[in-house]
Amino acid sequence: MRHILSVLVENEPGVLSRVSGLFSGRGFNIETLNVAPTLEDGVSIMTITTIGDEQIIEQIIKQLRKLVTVIKVVDLTEVKNVEREMMLLKVAAEEGKRAEILRIVDVFRCKVVDVGFDELTIEVTGTQDKLTALINLMQRFGIKETARTGAVAMRRSMQ
Amino acid sequence: MELTGAQILLESLGREGVDVIFGFPGGAVIDIYHQIPNYPNLKHVLVRHEQGAIHMADGYARATGKVGVCLVTSGPGATNTVTGIATAYMDSIPVVIITGQVPTPLIGNDAFQEVDIVGITRPCTKHNYLVKDITKLAKTIKEAFFLAQSGRPGPVLVDLPKDVQQQRCVFNYPKKVALRGYNPHYDPNVKQVRKVAELLCKAKHPVIYAGGGVISSSASKDLTKLAQTYNIPVTATLMGLGCFPGDDPLWLGMLGMHGTFAANHSISNADLILAVGARFDDRVTGKLSEFASKATMVHIDIDPTSIQKNVRVDVPIVADCRLFMEALNREMADVAQQKDACVPKDKWLAQITEWKTKHPLKYKPAAKGGPIKPQSVVEAIYKITKGDCIISTEVGQNQMWAAQFFNYKKPRTLLTSGGLGTMGFGFPAAIGAQAAFPEKLVIDVAGDGSIQMCIQELATAVCYNLPVKIVILNNGYLGMVRQWQELFYDKNYCSTCLDVAPDFVKLAEAYGAAGFRVTEAKDLDATLKKAFATPKACIVEVVVDPEENVYPMVPAGKSITEMILV
Repeated sequence: MRHILSVLVENEPGVLSRVSGLFSGRGFNIETLNVAPTLEDGVSIMTITTIGDEQIIEQIIKQLRKLVTVIKVVDLTEVKNVEREMMLLKVAAEEGKRAEILRIVDVFRCKVVDVGFDELTIEVTGTQDKLTALINLMQRFGIKETARTGAVAMRRSMQ
Repeated sequence: MELTGAQILLESLGREGVDVIFGFPGGAVIDIYHQIPNYPNLKHVLVRHEQGAIHMADGYARATGKVGVCLVTSGPGATNTVTGIATAYMDSIPVVIITGQVPTPLIGNDAFQEVDIVGITRPCTKHNYLVKDITKLAKTIKEAFFLAQSGRPGPVLVDLPKDVQQQRCVFNYPKKVALRGYNPHYDPNVKQVRKVAELLCKAKHPVIYAGGGVISSSASKDLTKLAQTYNIPVTATLMGLGCFPGDDPLWLGMLGMHGTFAANHSISNADLILAVGARFDDRVTGKLSEFASKATMVHIDIDPTSIQKNVRVDVPIVADCRLFMEALNREMADVAQQKDACVPKDKWLAQITEWKTKHPLKYKPAAKGGPIKPQSVVEAIYKITKGDCIISTEVGQNQMWAAQFFNYKKPRTLLTSGGLGTMGFGFPAAIGAQAAFPEKLVIDVAGDGSIQMCIQELATAVCYNLPVKIVILNNGYLGMVRQWQELFYDKNYCSTCLDVAPDFVKLAEAYGAAGFRVTEAKDLDATLKKAFATPKACIVEVVVDPEENVYPMVPAGKSITEMILV
């Protein structure tokens, strides 16, 4: 099963390598990984999505907690959560097809952030499903490039 | 008053009560070495190879329970310690490794003798540091020692650039350590302890399965008390040997691949296993699905990652083994009283006695005039010393015989590389232990293969008058691999025959140590006695039966009751 782990870490050199090394060294797999500073000085948050059975996820969480530079690990899959991912998608957009692409952009409530002669760059935010749906729809126009952040997630306020 | 980084390091070591460091100098630590003569309370042992230094620090730590310290230069000096760091990591041994690093402006430039040792050792240290700011040095050393010995102990490396050693700042050694992400859990859950006491009382066929955690947490007194009061048989892993008296009737012997018949069958027939400070290593469990399949599993470990890693656990307890054992003894007294005493264990013990009598550890005695049996050498060492010594081992057949045919009665009397199985460990580890206890008899049980991996440390032993005794069971083979080739690889003895070996007697003498050779059984006892009485380091080379195997043996992947017996 896919799990979303929220990992609070000390923001110091090598911390990412400690976390990623733990995964690779023990044969666990990282699906997505996102890191950025929090409001607190010297503390960053990582959102890691990974796939494994219960026993593997339990090991991953315990092993993460064992790292000295890891402050807190929460398995967001166990609680109600909000999950989002941001993607930039560059799609081929010749004259005759541009209107249709823009319609889809509208329906998906995403934004065009860059326009070229025959391509558009779209910014889309949402769940993995939404991103996949958009990719599927855009594929027939020709996707030239994508860049994705990987999931970020948070526990919902009203549980 | 301002001190240099080198002085701050040495002052800090003093605050941590370090009395000896094992090291090897080099350009990147020369500033530290420059200061060492100013710290007369700190003894420095100059080794001949950095692998020796780390194993010595490790052996010192295993024998004393204190933190072992080693000091090496950058680059090759640092990488030479990696095997030893991994060894200490696998066996949870507290060591602090100080490595020199190129000056900070050169880091990342492929400078002379530069290596990313923090990166290299990340997977085999409990934690590691690169100190780039002199004002953080004292705090880092404090943290390193705290981390090394608290929770599940382990090696911690501090990488110290040359310019930081030379910079100056006010020395202020912190009193406390505050690490947000590190809070080992020591106290056992009271309800869980009660539950264990009740299970233990009810159990008809309980077994205690003790590991190295019992020794590192000093839980053996309480464990022995529990076992003896309630008649619970005890088996231990290689790392746990010595945590329970090896001459007690409740002692089952070691379990696992080369464990005793009684231990392996007790585990397989147990209805309750109390696993204390052990981690269900594959050398112990054999085929996992058949390991203790009839038992309710109670597992106590300070490290939560050890629990549920390999086997299903019915009662998991994250705690310090000693605190758990103390609590369990209290609860047991209460439960046993309330529930009108425990289920008597007589029948179970009778069954165990039968197993022990029917299938004791044994070997075919030497034929008349035939070669000496290696097992008999270990037995002779036991008989002569009465078990009152520290044994270290190399790795392989010698290690298993030393584990099987010697009754360890006290913790910290067997120093052996359990998890990593590091050949070359035993001799330097013995030197480390001897440095801690100059008056004790320290014996390295070695094979002719392993001993050659760190043999150069003979110079260290001789130089510092550390009278370590090396008993080489010389069978002319890399014996354990040869045994596997014999049993599972059609006797294809590829690269396991050591045709060319040094003359160990001459080798010892060349280093200024004493050398003895035994080729006939009748000379064994006398020579060992003579060697043990020699006040300097010595090698006793015993020429043993080259084709002797370690039995019992459980083939890899088989259930632990599927044993090949003698």
